[in-house]
Order: sequence, then structure tokens, then C-alpha cells
Amino acid sequence: MTQPLPMAGTPANVNLAGLVKSDYRGNPSTLCQGCGHNSISNQIISAMYELNIVPENVVKFSGIGCSSKSPTYFLNRSFGFNSLHGRMPSIATGALFGDHTLKGIGVSGDGDTASIGMGQFKHVVRRNLNMVYIVENNGVYGLTKGQFSATAEKGLSLKKQGANQYMPVDICMEAIASNATFVARSFAGNPKQVKELLKAAMAHKGIAVLDIISPCVTFNNQENAYHSYAWGKDHEEPLHDISYIAPRNEIILEEEMKEGEIREVSMHDGSVIILKVLEKDYNPTDRFEAIRVLAEAQANNWLATGLIYIETNKPSLTETYNLVETPLNRLEEADLRPAPNMIAKVNALMF
Amino acid sequence: MDKVVNDFSITVGTKNGSGSSTANNTILRAIFKMGIPVSGKNLFPSNIQGLPTWYTIRANKDGYTARREEQEIVIAMNPDSFARDLASVAVGGAFFYSDDIKQPITRPDIAVYPLPVKQIVRGDPSIPSDFRDLVGNMVYVGALAQMIGMDLEKIHAALSFHFKGKQRPIDMNFNTVKVSAEWAQANLEKKDPFYLEPLNKTDGLIMADGNTAAAIGSIFGGVQFAAWYPITPASSLAEALNDYLPLLRKREDGKHTYAVLQAEDELAAIGMTIGAGWSGLRAMTSTSGPGLSLMTEFAGLAYYAEVPIVVWDVQRIGPSTGLPTRTSQGDLTFVNSMGHGDTQLVILLPGDVDECFEFGWRAFDIAEQLQTPVFVLSDLDMGMNQWMSKPFEYPNTPMQRGKLLWEKDLEELKGNWGRYLDKDGDGITYRTFPGNRHPMSSYFTRGTGHDENARYTEDSSVWLKNMDRLKKKYDTARKYVPAPVLYTKPGATVGIIGFGSTEEAILEAVHQLETEHGIQADFLRVRAIPFTQEVTDFIDKYDQLFVVEMNRDGQLNQILSVNYPEKAADFKSVAFGDGMPASAKWVREGILAKYTLPAKLNGKNGRTASTVAARPKSANDVKAPLKGNESSALETKTAKSLKKTPSKK
Repeated sequence: MTQPLPMAGTPANVNLAGLVKSDYRGNPSTLCQGCGHNSISNQIISAMYELNIVPENVVKFSGIGCSSKSPTYFLNRSFGFNSLHGRMPSIATGALFGDHTLKGIGVSGDGDTASIGMGQFKHVVRRNLNMVYIVENNGVYGLTKGQFSATAEKGLSLKKQGANQYMPVDICMEAIASNATFVARSFAGNPKQVKELLKAAMAHKGIAVLDIISPCVTFNNQENAYHSYAWGKDHEEPLHDISYIAPRNEIILEEEMKEGEIREVSMHDGSVIILKVLEKDYNPTDRFEAIRVLAEAQANNWLATGLIYIETNKPSLTETYNLVETPLNRLEEADLRPAPNMIAKVNALMF
Repeated sequence: MDKVVNDFSITVGTKNGSGSSTANNTILRAIFKMGIPVSGKNLFPSNIQGLPTWYTIRANKDGYTARREEQEIVIAMNPDSFARDLASVAVGGAFFYSDDIKQPITRPDIAVYPLPVKQIVRGDPSIPSDFRDLVGNMVYVGALAQMIGMDLEKIHAALSFHFKGKQRPIDMNFNTVKVSAEWAQANLEKKDPFYLEPLNKTDGLIMADGNTAAAIGSIFGGVQFAAWYPITPASSLAEALNDYLPLLRKREDGKHTYAVLQAEDELAAIGMTIGAGWSGLRAMTSTSGPGLSLMTEFAGLAYYAEVPIVVWDVQRIGPSTGLPTRTSQGDLTFVNSMGHGDTQLVILLPGDVDECFEFGWRAFDIAEQLQTPVFVLSDLDMGMNQWMSKPFEYPNTPMQRGKLLWEKDLEELKGNWGRYLDKDGDGITYRTFPGNRHPMSSYFTRGTGHDENARYTEDSSVWLKNMDRLKKKYDTARKYVPAPVLYTKPGATVGIIGFGSTEEAILEAVHQLETEHGIQADFLRVRAIPFTQEVTDFIDKYDQLFVVEMNRDGQLNQILSVNYPEKAADFKSVAFGDGMPASAKWVREGILAKYTLPAKLNGKNGRTASTVAARPKSANDVKAPLKGNESSALETKTAKSLKKTPSKK
């Protein structure tokens, strides 16, 4: 829907949709302090505000898990559906047929997407639903207190779980294999990049998969883990008995990374992860190159960040259905129920 | 030998995938067009090609069209089932077979007619060699027509319908029918007593299958979104949507007002359906037992988050994969509490093809008015077989969209509303959906605990209040669901309760109980759960209530016993499930096995005219529907075949 331009003399903090930043906020987060997911929620708020998006034009979706709680923490004025574990894609698919002018924002986690929801994830990707699909990826199940997810790296040890013996799922690789039209990866501690990728994703027509490494401050607490802001080594409480979570500060990159840069980022316990920003001349429209870059990053234990793949000329799911211009959910009986004379026609078609 | 006219069964044994369905449907339709009440049931294997398959047709001048166990005429085209087919012919019956099957025939008690199938088909040079096996099935159509008096013109009409007017296949098949009839006339001597003679008892009726009827009914209900996953016996329902939507919802601009999506599995199918229902679309999915099992978690979500959707369950026999091509009424208790925790679902139970049509559109009204998932339980027999039916009737009420708030409504309310706030005291709250641009329109839907404004809460008192409201809504549902259909007999001493596709068999059993055993029974066909007042009234009247159903455990009996614990001792379960469509024989025998002679015929069976609707003067079966209360969705039901005198109110 078109929005009125701001009146002359409106305060500078009013955007072109006539809204202030607080119009994009949600409820206070109930996630752990220092959780990367909160940082992502904040960047969603900023990106929407800066893009002048009308909140009523966006629908939020999620599955089950810590990440899936986060749609409560942004865009209070948007409809939201916190659905079932691993089934957010199907809910979103049906819902976005209700009004094809709406844009979806789905927030999922690595368990919700890469374990229980792998099937629906890959199918929503291949159908090119008009939705930003954010995976807040920490390699661990937080709400059930610290089990492995399918994106946990092989060899990672967690309390009560022992060592992970399986190879991890690479969400970006899976998305590309499923013919995604937009694939990006970022790190919750790099808010500027997260925001820029969110903006690009919002502008993309079709599915935009954003795999955001979002360390779990509480449970994925081992040194040298991809997804970790590790705990202090002195923390020895059994995981399922935790009643006090020590406040941690979010890890934020002090200086923005440049194209092609590889940087080690220190975690709370002194462990490191290695980020690699894609090269300046990297061509994200080349699918072969995208797969090569992901394979190279895997081999080097890097997290390749940035826009990995984009294809802009594929129609989104609802576009392939040749729908009427009026949103389907505003159609009335005259549009939906065949005329009375059609009943005779139908009966004549029977024997 | 006395002639037996218009009262016998024919079974054809062929190989699956041999193309016999064209021939079998042709026989069925030709008999129908002769004005003789008829049914056809495909008893097929879960197989694409090669396994034995049967098609059983029953012609009955009195309108009883349930499957019968006895087969007067058997046609054997498959060497693999030849011995079994031969053995199945009733004493004094007739046996047609393809004469290239060289197997011993030791039945001096029946008439035997060998058919030179290969010879006749090879004799027609216009039949391409790769069509010979297909067209070969027309040999038994022609020979049967000659021997029992099936009208060739009607056969031609049936073929024209089947081939949608395409001249070449019509001619090729009809020519074989004609040549075969001529061959039979010249070479076979009539030695059996079975004849067809034209009647006028199918005038004004149509033939259709329940899945097609359900799909067309859904289209007249304004379906906007359907997601599904292939499964026997439900696939043809979704496929019929694809067939008929372009025709019935055609627009000048060529744009679509609907979307049909084949999902990756049943989890996604119902998930998409819930998403669409949540965003304000008339949304449906269709499946059978195994798919239903997968949909369970979502059913609970739709119930608790109060999302209107329609789910068609075309039942097949289980547990597990079971017999995928055999019918059943085995999903009732499962659906009745489908979902963990305290879940209560609204169930509709169509009993014939035109009710599949009617419930097709009505289910959307009920789902949207109640803001809850509505499950419609059909079955393979009703869904996939051709049934005689009264023509589909245009919906007699405008679409009921329930309690919705759009932008202008919210402006009037100054944005003051709560998604789960029971303003009207009926348990049904107001809803908005995505696309509403009012700044106060949105809410956050969740399967977790929520308050009246849809906010997350773990507060016990809020939880209790919401669950109590949902229970109240389930009670309110009784006013919206279809009332039962009642058939009465003068002086009835016992009651029979059934649902769904067993109606034909039960009505015939009622007739047999009366004429052969002197037992007068009233029959109530339940059409929905939760039960309406009419069900309670019926149950109160009898101290013997036979609950007839096609499953092992007596599922309706269980549900009735829980709902009417004070009457539980009076319910007598007549439950049987072998995958075959119901027959009068098992209904009758099941009832007789549990029947006890009433000590006194009055007592609590006494009733007044005011409690029983439309008591007929004649002893004929009368379909006398009960009228629900004013807000009820009850539709007066007229008789669909002539054995039942319509009783309109």
C-alpha cells in the first residue's frame, strides 16, 4: 500500500513511511543477555526502519526454539505466527497466498531448519516463496538446554552430550543445492553486515536465505567452536541445573571488515572464529562460484560471509499462480462461488 | 425356470491394469440409463498392473444398492482368479469366461458361457493390435448385454460419455460390443434366469463418485487454497479440484482466484492449509489414514490457535499402511481427539455422494464460523466408486464467513479488540488476518499459552479460562453442525445408529429385519460430532441401540458411550471391518446376534408424536430428517432413490 510522504517539518527521525524507529520495535526480549539473536532482532528493526517499510506489509513467521521466539521482539505491528518445530515454511507458504502483496520474514534456528525442518526448508527454497528466511545458527539446542544441532561441527564436545561424531550441515550449501535465488551468510557480531544483507534480502523477490552465525552464550560454550561465545573456563555448573546465567556482553566487531579480509574474532573465553568476507570481485550471480567458495571455506574452517548467491529473474511462488490483483483474502462471495446456473452445468457433466 | 428380473449381482474378475474399468463402468452406466437402480464397486488391489481385481455390480428394482456377498453372474477374464471366480457363482447362476483360459469347470449347477474373446477382437481389422486387450473387455459387455437384455443404445450412451464424445474409441469399442452381442445371439443358449428390463427409477438422478462431489462442493463453497499430497483413496479429490476449478471459476481476465499446491508431504499439506486459513482463505486439504497420522501435530495447533481449515479424510483400512485400496470407517476415534492434550475436533460425516457435495461447501461455513479445523470423514467406497445420487443442489445459504474484523471495523472499535476475547459469550472470538492494514489489526498467533490478546503467558488461571472457552465453543458447535437423518418404522422397538457409507446396507437390513424377523427398527444416521440434540433424543427412546460401523473396535459406539454414559449399557456394537463395502447381511446378522426380545414393548419406548418427526402411515422406509434448531446448519434431506419416499418439511 502506498504510504503518505512525511509532512514538511516532520521530525528528522520520521522515515518516509511516516514512522519512527519505535514503531518497528517488539516486546522486550526474554532470551539470554548477550544472545546473538537479540542483535539480529535489533538489525531487523533498523533495516525495516531505514527501508521505510510499513509493518502491516510484513508477516513474521517462526518455528520452535530460541530463534523462533524472536519475532515477538521486533515489528509488533506486523502479524506473526509462531508455529510448529520445523514447520514454519509450510505455514508461511499458505499464509502468503492470502495476500500476495505481503512480504514474509521467517526466523528459524539451526535445529528448526537443518534437523527437524530440513524437508520443509528445502521445499520452501525450491518454491521461491517471497520471504526472507533467517537462520539464527548456533549449532546447539538452547531451549532444551544444550544438545547438538545438525550444524554443529564434527568433534565439538558439549556437556552431557560427548563429542559430535557427524559432519555438519551447511545451510548455505543446502539452499544453493535447492535452487535458492538468494543466499547469504553473516555473523551476529557484525551488525552492519547483517543489516545490509537484511536490506538486500528484503529487496529480493523470492526466497532469501540468510544464515547468520549467532553464538549461544549459554550452551555452545566450547573453545574453537564455530558457533560459540564460549563461557569462562571457571563455569562448571551442570547444564540442566542452570538457574543463573552470567550476564555477557555481546561480541561486536570493533572495526568493519573489508572485502576479502580474513579476521580472527576472539570469544569470551579467548577462543577464536575465523571470518572471511567475500572478495570485492566475487560474482554472486555465478552458481558454480558460490558452491566453490562455500567448499573452500569449509576446507579452511572459515565462515565465508556476505552475499554468496543471487538470481533475480525467477518468479516468486505466488507470481507463478497467475492470481488476481486483489489479494485473495479480500475476494467476496461473488468472486468465489460459481453462479447458480453453473450447478446445472455441473450436473450435466455427471453421468 | 422363473425369470429373475432386475435383482441380481454381477462380478467381473480381471487383471489390474487390463483396462477393464471402461467395460465395467459401461455396464454400470447402461443399467443406470435403463432406469434400474444400480451400484458398482471396484474391489481393487494396491498394484498398478497384474494382480487380480474385481468389479461388482448390483442391480435392484427396489433400490437397494449395497454390496451383496452373493454373485449370480460372474465374468472371469483372469486365469489367476479363475478357480476362485468359478467357485463364487451362486447356485443357479451364470458364468461367463474368456475361452482361452483352459481350466476345469466342475459346476453342473450353473450356466456356463465361454466367450471367444481373442477371436472376436482379431476379427475386427479396425482394432490396432496394441488395443486388442483393452477392447477385448468389450466382448463380455456385448455378450452379457445379449444374454441379460442390456440395451445397446444405453451402452453406446455410456461409451460416448466415457470417451467424452471422441468418435474413434467410441466406434471401436461399440463395434466390439455389437459383434459380441451378435455372436452370443447366434452361439449361446440362455440357460440362466437373470434379466434386465427397463424401469423408470433413476429418472432425475446422476452418477458420481464422492471425491468428485466433494471437490465440486468445495468449489461452490468458494475454496481458495488447497494443498495435498498423493494418497489412495484421496488423490482423486484434489485432482478433481484441478479438473473443475478452471471451469467453474473461470474469469474473463484469465486470472485465478485460487491456488492448488501439491506439497512435499502431508505435514506440509496441512501446514500450508493452516497458513492459508489463518490468512483468511477458504483452505482445505485431503488425505487418508497415514497422512492423517502425519497431520496430527498440526491438527492440535489449528484447534488451539483457532484456525479454520477443512480436512477431508477419505478413509481406508488401517492400522499402518493397512490395505490401501480397501474401505473402512476406522479413523473416527482417532480424529475425534486428534492431537495431544485436550483437543476436540469437529467432525462431519457425509453418508452419500450428494452429501459429499453439500458438506464440501458447508464445511467451510462451519470452519469459519467456529474458527476451528473441520474434519470430513468420507471413505474409499463413497469416495472412489460411482454412486447414484440426486443432482447437486446450489448452496441454499450465502457464504458464512464468521466473525471478522477489517480496517473499517477496527476504526469503529478504535482498535480496541482482543483476538481471543469472548465478547459474545459463545466461545467464538473475533479475528483479523494478514493484509489488514489497520495499525491495531495484528496479533501474534502461537501454539503456546496465550491470553485474550494473544500474548504469551504461562499464567494458570489464564490457561484455564482459555481452555474453558474452547470447550464452550465446542458446545456451540452443536448448533452449527448438520443434524442426523432419521428413518422411522411404525412401532419400532429398537434403534440403529450408523454413519457414512453404510446407510444403504443398514436400510436394507432394516427392511429384512422387518419382513423376515418381525423386528421394527428406527435408524438414525449421525452426520456430525459433537452430537446434536436430535441424537440425544433418539438415544433416549430405546433400550436396545445397535451401533453399526465398519471397523473392529466399535469406534462410534465408544464415542457414544463416553458421551452418554447412562445409556452405555444399552449400546450394542455391530462392528466389522474386512475392507469390503458394507452389506445388509453383516448388518442384519450382527444385529440378530445381539438382539434380545424386549420384555415389554412399551415402557420407556413410549413416545409421543411430538418427539418423532414425520411418522409415516405406510410401512415403507421413509427418510424423515429431523429439523435442528434455527441456527443449525441442518439441511432437509430428500430421498435419493425411489425406495425411500421423500418426506419434506
